[in-house]
Amino acid sequence: MNRIGKRYGENQVLNDVSLRVKPGEIHALLGENGAGKSTLMNILFGMPVIMETGGYQGEVHIGGELVHIKSPHQAIEHGIGMVHQEFMLIPGFSVTENIKLNRELSRANIVSRLLGHDLETLDTDRMTDDARTALDKIGIAISEAEKIKNLPVGYMQFVEIAREIDKSGIKLLVFDEPTAVLTESEADILIGVMQALADEGIGIIFITHRLAEVMKAANSVTVLRDGKLAAYRETGKTTLSELASLMVGREGAEAVSDNARDFPADSPLAMEIEGLHVQMPGEAVRGLDLKVYDGEILGIGGLAGQGKIGIPNGIMGIYPAQGQVTLFGEQLPLNNPKGSLKRGLAMVSEDRRGVGLLLDQSIEDNIVFSAMQINGDFIGPAPLRLKSVRQIRQKAKEMMEELDVRATSSLQPVGTLSGGNQQKVCIARALTLNPRFLFVSEPTRGIDIGAKKLVIDTLLRLNRELKLTIVMVSSELLELKSICDRIAIVTEGRVSAILKPSASNEDFGLAMSGIEVKGESA
Amino acid sequence: MSELNRPGIDIGKHLKEYVVTYVFLILSVVFIIISGRPMNDILFQIMSRLVRNLFIVLSLIIPIITGMGINFAITIGAMAAQVGMLLAINWSITGITGILVSALITAPLAGVFGFLIGSLLNKMKGQETIGSLILGYFANGAYQLLFLFVFGMIIPLNTKVTIVGATGVRNTLDLTINQLQGAVDGVLRIHFSTALYIVSGLIVVIGLLLFLTRRMSRKRFITLAVLALASVGVYLLPFVQPHFANVHVPVITFILVGLLCLFNAGIMKTRLGQQFRAVGQSRTVANAAGINVNRVRLIAIIISTVFAGWGQILFIQNLGTLQTYSAHEMVGLYAGAAILVGGASINRATNGQAIIGCLLFHTLFVVAQDAGTVMFGNPVVGEYFRVFLCYGVIAVALVMHTWRTHAAAGKKSRLQA
Repeated sequence: MNRIGKRYGENQVLNDVSLRVKPGEIHALLGENGAGKSTLMNILFGMPVIMETGGYQGEVHIGGELVHIKSPHQAIEHGIGMVHQEFMLIPGFSVTENIKLNRELSRANIVSRLLGHDLETLDTDRMTDDARTALDKIGIAISEAEKIKNLPVGYMQFVEIAREIDKSGIKLLVFDEPTAVLTESEADILIGVMQALADEGIGIIFITHRLAEVMKAANSVTVLRDGKLAAYRETGKTTLSELASLMVGREGAEAVSDNARDFPADSPLAMEIEGLHVQMPGEAVRGLDLKVYDGEILGIGGLAGQGKIGIPNGIMGIYPAQGQVTLFGEQLPLNNPKGSLKRGLAMVSEDRRGVGLLLDQSIEDNIVFSAMQINGDFIGPAPLRLKSVRQIRQKAKEMMEELDVRATSSLQPVGTLSGGNQQKVCIARALTLNPRFLFVSEPTRGIDIGAKKLVIDTLLRLNRELKLTIVMVSSELLELKSICDRIAIVTEGRVSAILKPSASNEDFGLAMSGIEVKGESA
Repeated sequence: MSELNRPGIDIGKHLKEYVVTYVFLILSVVFIIISGRPMNDILFQIMSRLVRNLFIVLSLIIPIITGMGINFAITIGAMAAQVGMLLAINWSITGITGILVSALITAPLAGVFGFLIGSLLNKMKGQETIGSLILGYFANGAYQLLFLFVFGMIIPLNTKVTIVGATGVRNTLDLTINQLQGAVDGVLRIHFSTALYIVSGLIVVIGLLLFLTRRMSRKRFITLAVLALASVGVYLLPFVQPHFANVHVPVITFILVGLLCLFNAGIMKTRLGQQFRAVGQSRTVANAAGINVNRVRLIAIIISTVFAGWGQILFIQNLGTLQTYSAHEMVGLYAGAAILVGGASINRATNGQAIIGCLLFHTLFVVAQDAGTVMFGNPVVGEYFRVFLCYGVIAVALVMHTWRTHAAAGKKSRLQA
C-alpha cells in the first residue's frame, strides 16, 4: 500500500493531508473531533457524501496503483474493510449469519433457476465452516451459532473483525475507535488480534484518542489537527506527551484567562455531584464526581461523546439520571426538570433550536416563558390570571438592552434571528428565572466569531456582577481557557482531571485521552 | 460461551410473550361452556371458518418478518381478488376453471397494487401498520367508484351482474349460479378422522426420513411424533370422537394452505429470506451490508398482497356469495387480529402462530354470540364483544410492542452506563 495523499473541497475540511500505511503495519490516526479523521476515512471508502459534495483532490494509491474509489462497494473490492464504531451487526442473527450477511453462500435450486439468484438455498454448512475459520484466525473462542444479542458487548467487535477478514483479499482494515466500548482486558485482546492480523500482511489504520494504546499497538502515527497534517511520527521515536500536545496544541495560545481566580479547597460549595450517571445517548455519564464552588466559573471540556454534555442535561432532568446532587447544601431531586428549575437552576441548552427556543414565538414570549411556567411571574391577578403583556414587554426590553439582542422589536419570532441573537435570547430566558446557578452548554456552537465574544463577555459579566455560579460546557478549549477559573476534563463519563486555564496543552491533551495528569492541577 | 445458552424454556418469559394467546384460550373454553351449544356444531363451524381464513392470515407473515408490521393493506389484495371473481362470473366461466381464471387475473392486479403500497410504505418507514390501514380505507373509496360507476358504464358488463335498471355491480353476487361455490373445497372432501390419520401418518413418516438422513434433530422428531400420535389417541377417546361426526376437511384447500406454509418456511432459507430477516431486524445494518432495503421491502409487500388476493378467492368460494361492497372490508383487521392472538408480534411471526391464532380467534367468534345471549339475554352483546376483542387485541399488540421496545432500549442504555 503506497502513499495516499488528498485534499477535500470547498470548506477545506482537509488540506493537503497525506497518510501512508505499509502492508503489515499498524498505523494510528490521531486527532480531536473535527480534525478531519472521518472525512479522510469517508474518502477512502468512497462514501456517497464525498461524491455528492464534489469529490476530492489528490490521489489514492493502493498497492502502488492509482485508484479512484467511488462507492463503498468498490472500496470492498479493493480490499478495504472497516470495523465500525457503532456495531453494524444484527442482534437476532447468529454470528455466522452476521459474518456472511449479504455475502451468503448458496446453492441453486429449481426455483432459483427460474427466478434468479435471490432464491437460491442457503448453504448453512459451508457458511458455518467459513465463519469458524474466520473466528479461529483471530483466536476468539465464541460459538459461531450464538446469537449476537447473547454476546457481551466486547465480543461484538470481534465478530465485526471476523466479518471483515472473511471477505477475500482484504488488504487494509480500518478500526474506528474500537476500544471505546471495551474493558481493559478486552482492549488488550483486541490489540493482540490487530497485531496478529498485521503479521499476516494486512495494513491497519487505528483511529483512537487513547494515547496509551497508540504507544502500545501502533508502529507509526499520523496526527491531524484542524484538517491539516500536524505530524507523522514513528511510535518508537516519540513520547506520549509529544503526541498529546501535537493533538491539542494550537500555536499562540492568545486568550488564556488573566482573570482566573483561585478558590481554596474549603470555599463554600454551590453544587456537589457524587456518582452521577446519566443515560444520554452518545453522551453517557458514568459515575461522575465534581464540586462546584460558589461564585466560580467552572469549565467542562473533553472530546465529543465522552459525556460532558450529559452532565447539565442529567442534572436538569432532561435525560434520565441517577446519583447524588447537592445544590447549596440542599438535596436536588433528579429526573424532575420542574424541580430543578424551581430550586434556582437554569440551563442554556446546546440544542438551541430543539430544546432551547420556541422558534415560531416572539422574543418576549421566549424570554418569559419559563419564568411564567415555573415561578408564576408575569401573570395578572386572579381569577383571570391572564399573562401581563405590559410587564412582559418591559422585562423583554430590559433584557434585550442588557444582552444587546439585535432585533426589529421584541415581537419578532426568534426563528428569524441569527444564531448569536438566538443564543442571547436563550440566556435572557435563563436569567429571567432569577437563577442562582447557571449551566451553559456549548454556548458558542454555530455562531459567528463576533457574537461568540459577546456571549462570552456576557457570561463573565453575569458572573462578576450578579455573583452567579456558572458551569460552562464547551468543546472549544480556547473558549474555556479564556473565561473559566478551573477546567474539568471529562473522559468516558468521568472527570479525568481538573486543570487551571494556564495549564499546558500537553496536560490537556493527556487528560482528554484519559491519562492521569501529574502536572499542575487545580 | 456455553453459560449464555440458557437451557430449557423460561416459563415466566413464555407466559409474558403469549399472554394474549392464553387469555384467548381461557376465554374460548369458558365461552364454549357458557354458550351451551353442541360441540358438534361448534367444531363444524370452526372448521369451515378456518378453511376460509387461514390462507389470508398466513399471507401476513412475510411483511411482519421484514419489519413492516401487520400489512392491513391486504384488504387491497382482497379487492383485486373480487375484481377477478367478478370478471369470471361476468364471463360465465364456471367451476374450478372460474377459480383459476380469477386467480390469474388477481395475481398481476394484486402485484401492481402491492408495488404501489410498498412504494408508499417505503416513504413512511416506522409507520407501516397505520399507513397500510389507512391505505385500505382509501382504496375502498376507489373500489366503490370502480364497481358502482366504471363497471357497467365504461366497461360493459353482463346484465346478470349489474343492478337492475341502473349502472354498477349488484350488491350481492350469488356464486352458486356459476358453480363457483365450493369449487375448490368441493373437489375432494374427506372426514376429519381420515384427514387426521393421513396427516399424523405423514408427519411420522416424513419426520423419520428427515431424522434418518440427519436433517432433523432427534429431540424435534420425537416431539413431533409424540404430538401426532397423541392427537390421534385423544381423537379416539370415546367421549371425543362423536363431536367430530360432522366435521369434513376440504383436501385441496388445506393442501394449498400447506403449500403456503412451506413457502413461508422455505423462502426464509434462501438469500431473499435472509434479506427479509436482516431488513426486519435492522435496516441500518442491512443497508451497510449492501442490501437494497427498499427493494426487499417492496418484494415482501407484493408477495403478501398477491397471496392475500388468492386467500380472498378461497374465502369467497367457501362462503358462496360475494358481498360486492363489503366482503373485503374486515379482511385486514380480522386477519391481523387472528395472527396477533396466536402470539405473533409486530416484528415476529411464524406459521404456527398464524394457525393457532386463527383457530382461537374463530372459536371465540363462533361462540361469543351464543355466550352473549346466555349471559345477557341479548345476542348483540356477543356481537359487540367480538368487535371489542378484535380491536382490543390489535391495540394490546401495538402497545406491548412499544412497551417492549422501550424496555429493551432502557436495558441497553443501563448496560452501557
